[in-house]
Amino acid sequence: MRIHCPYCGTRGVEEFTYLGDATVRRPDPDAPEAAWVDYVYLRDNPAGPHPEYWYHAAGCHGWLVVVRDTRTHEIFSVRTASGGAEA
Amino acid sequence: MSSDRYSFLSVLREALRGQTGWKPAWRKADPQESYDVVIVGGGGHGLATAYYLARRYGIRRVAVVEKSWLGNGNIGRNTTIVRSNYLLAGNVPFYECSMKLWEGLEQDINYNAMVSQRGVLNLFHNDGQRNAYTRRGNAMRLHGVDAQLLDAAAVRRKLPFLDFDNARFPIQGGLLQQRGGTVRHDAVAWGYARAADRLGVDIIENCEVTGMRITDGRVEGVETTRGFIGAKKVGLACAGNSSRVAALAGLRLPIESHVLQAFVTEGLKPFIDCVVTFGAGHFYISQSDKGGLVFGGDIDGYNSYAQRGNMPVVEDVCEGGMALMPRIGRVRMLRQWGGLMDMSMDGSPIIDRTPVDQLYLNAGWCYGGFKATPASGLCFAHLLARDEPHPVATAYRLDRFARGAVIDEKGMGAQPNLH
Repeated sequence: MRIHCPYCGTRGVEEFTYLGDATVRRPDPDAPEAAWVDYVYLRDNPAGPHPEYWYHAAGCHGWLVVVRDTRTHEIFSVRTASGGAEA
Repeated sequence: MSSDRYSFLSVLREALRGQTGWKPAWRKADPQESYDVVIVGGGGHGLATAYYLARRYGIRRVAVVEKSWLGNGNIGRNTTIVRSNYLLAGNVPFYECSMKLWEGLEQDINYNAMVSQRGVLNLFHNDGQRNAYTRRGNAMRLHGVDAQLLDAAAVRRKLPFLDFDNARFPIQGGLLQQRGGTVRHDAVAWGYARAADRLGVDIIENCEVTGMRITDGRVEGVETTRGFIGAKKVGLACAGNSSRVAALAGLRLPIESHVLQAFVTEGLKPFIDCVVTFGAGHFYISQSDKGGLVFGGDIDGYNSYAQRGNMPVVEDVCEGGMALMPRIGRVRMLRQWGGLMDMSMDGSPIIDRTPVDQLYLNAGWCYGGFKATPASGLCFAHLLARDEPHPVATAYRLDRFARGAVIDEKGMGAQPNLH
């Protein structure tokens, strides 16, 4: 698997560290406990396209959002998590 | 007379009659209209559940539905290791229950599963690890589980060819569970299937669940590629596909699916007589009865349903192997494969009711499901039959995450790829 980093170009997956599902959002501090349980523990875990965070540890140290098919490992898009550059 | 029961006499009789009397190990059952219990997933855990439901709890109107062929999932994709060397109180009694069931399994199901208690040795390489393993061994012994702390000299007598004086990771000793070992993984699926079939359980292969029929918050059966099957109770034992199947009932689980690779080499003369794990990396190895070295390491670390992994982890696992036992460097790899792990948020499994009435969940086995097969089946059967957790599985509740009662052996927090 190779990931096309918007800053560094296409690099092997061993340069990156995986965090997980990029669709979860930290709830408001006053949100009910159920919202926090949902945020910390529950995941859609889809078989198909999955937006996910990768950290380019051996490159630009950028956080990326990669949309990847979990059934085939095919990568559809890569952008920086801050929403700037897109590969 | 048929050779229904496997024995020395049946082997002898069949030898004299040209092997014509053997029956298929299980029937190719067609789905009936309804059952008392439908188990989704014909892997080790599902088949064991069906067997114990019929054998110990007297519930025989049971179907196991499997989307593929029997044993295509993790029961045929693991490294065959069984052990009960856990630390936490929620885990030890459960895995020891499993160990005891392994010890009596072959007599119980009348099937040769090649249970081999050759010992599981976890090596340590520094003082901190020695302390951690001493603590683990003591916790095991307090629970009545066997554990033995070996010093470097004792390990050297057992496995003289390890790289003891490795400059970075010298081997200082190991924690040995002699009752641990390996079991022929496919035979576990086949043996449970055959034993459950003999008790009247229908095993329905190539039958994928495509939906759940739920009325007023209560499950009434499953929609499948072979039509609707009614059920008073439905039990999910879908391993890496747990989230997908649970989603059919509108549930979201504290689980991510990850891929774990395993490897086997060409056959060699016997030289590793136990299971050995490297403490300074993630590498475990044993030698199969055919002579191949069976080994594995970390999960790849990203969500996957692909049943195949990537090269960096292959490299990492092989580096671990070379650091531990350099003599395997010239051995050729024969096969490599991947399986889908239902990685839970605390690294421990779930055997519990769900918010949907009469729908039960058995999931979250991470990459340790094989050793748990018998106890998982027994405890899930107990839950399905009695509607209460089995005494050794009381900690495996679905709501433990919300309650803050997680069972985190590694202390990694809610990050599934680190467990």
